[in-house]
Amino acid sequence: MTPAEIRQEIIDILTDIAPDEDLSNLEDDKPFREQIDLDSMDFLDIVMELRKRHRIQIPEEDYGELASMASTVKYLEPKMANL
Amino acid sequence: MHYDTIIIGAGMSGLAAGIRLAHFDRRVCILEKHWTIGGLNSFYRMHGRDFDVGLHAVTNYTPKGAKHGPLSRLLRQLRIRWEELELAPQAGSVIAFPDVRLRFSNDIELLRSEIEREFPDQGDNFQRLLDELADYDDLDASNFNGSARQFLSNIIDEPLLVEMLLCPLMWYGNAREHDMDVGQFFIMFRSIFLEGFARPLKGVRLILKLLVRRYRALGGELRLRSGVRRILVDGRRAVGVELEDGQQLFADRILSSAGMVETLKLCDDLAEEQPAVAGQMSFIESISVLDCLPREIGLPETIVFYNDSESFHWQRPVDSLCDTRTGVLCSPNNYLYPEESGTLPEGIVRLTTIADFDRWANLPEAEYVRQKMWWYDRAIASAVRFVPDFRGHVVATDVFTPKTIRRFTSHVNGAVYGAPDKQLDGTTHLENLFLCGTDQGFVGIVGAIVSGISMANMHCLRQA
Repeated sequence: MTPAEIRQEIIDILTDIAPDEDLSNLEDDKPFREQIDLDSMDFLDIVMELRKRHRIQIPEEDYGELASMASTVKYLEPKMANL
Repeated sequence: MHYDTIIIGAGMSGLAAGIRLAHFDRRVCILEKHWTIGGLNSFYRMHGRDFDVGLHAVTNYTPKGAKHGPLSRLLRQLRIRWEELELAPQAGSVIAFPDVRLRFSNDIELLRSEIEREFPDQGDNFQRLLDELADYDDLDASNFNGSARQFLSNIIDEPLLVEMLLCPLMWYGNAREHDMDVGQFFIMFRSIFLEGFARPLKGVRLILKLLVRRYRALGGELRLRSGVRRILVDGRRAVGVELEDGQQLFADRILSSAGMVETLKLCDDLAEEQPAVAGQMSFIESISVLDCLPREIGLPETIVFYNDSESFHWQRPVDSLCDTRTGVLCSPNNYLYPEESGTLPEGIVRLTTIADFDRWANLPEAEYVRQKMWWYDRAIASAVRFVPDFRGHVVATDVFTPKTIRRFTSHVNGAVYGAPDKQLDGTTHLENLFLCGTDQGFVGIVGAIVSGISMANMHCLRQA
């Protein structure tokens, strides 16, 4: 997957988790938490959905990498490059 | 057969946990002892009429679009749209004590203005109470214990108001006699006064059918009439269960919604009775079908919590089958259903009264039937001191008792809200056996569902 495709996949997951959120103005460099209402259960769901959809394992110590869209895409790029 | 997780009980919490696990492709099986789903929140049909067990109201109601609170968490976690629950908000409720009535609705300002009218010098104190509540984190277990009566009395120095505020909160979720844990008080205060009551027109069956349909669509397995005889233990681990028919099923972990005492009793490593204390609070419910709508005879309230003295007594009856000094009267007609959804076919009044499990359970069958009729009359006679006398309009009745509750929930003593001591993190003496549901600490329909979700997340999804 290209970085653009990974970004779209994250948007799909967020839409699934929080269908009422408007994601069209999401700023990639700002933390998700400052822009959308996500609690710790929702963050767990991003991890779980990635595992479910793409068999990607994200260890708990790496959860901090998922703070913003930019850092998430950067973190996932090597893991999803061959998908 | 080997599963990732076996869930004991197909009530709200078990089904919710099952949906989470099945959604993330876990091999999961829900075992239900009864021939129907729901547990405490079940339903039945009698003489062509639909009745609910449990549900008077869905508490924790927040309107569409709300981003915080248990209801919005539940919808996100189960991928359910707000509309699918078809929740209609309450019309308005009341706490009725002798000479004082406090109305409340899903807008806290009504309760505030009622308190300012009836107790003019307590307005500031009520605001202090709300400020304390705003700071409370219900997922932090460390400040859960402690006396709610003491806590409230430190803020509100009018004893009658303390009793009146405790009355609905204890009625809708307090397993402990006399007093309640301060954490439970916060949870209940928020769910009832700050959020509120709602109900789907079709009652609890709509929610249950939604959950079970979702669970099955995700590939979850549900077995009815599959009571667990014992939990198979090897050292510090549960390895599986043996069903009442002798069949054995194995799993990596077990999530039990059977209750704390009830679950420990199933563990075959615990030969002796456990010190964990079972709850004592059980009820009878007297259901009256009317030939008119309740509001046509001057009963527009959704729920009436009444108590016939200045002291609210929350305890098992000392010397009789029931204690009629206090009660909760609910009319499912009195919700603001949208016009296009239609209405209930008949007027219904449900009345809940405190009852003693042992006395009801020990009655011979003929006497049991007679006592049900006798206590129906006594309970209604108590209630009509606080609401218009509807007895001339009754066309059909039914009563369920602590025995019925025991049959649906399998709770020891028919204890509706389970054991007084809650296990907030759901852990047990075995490293892979966990609790969800009533004895994990959240009550009410939304609370039970959130319990199932959070225990599935914490103990089944986070690992592995």
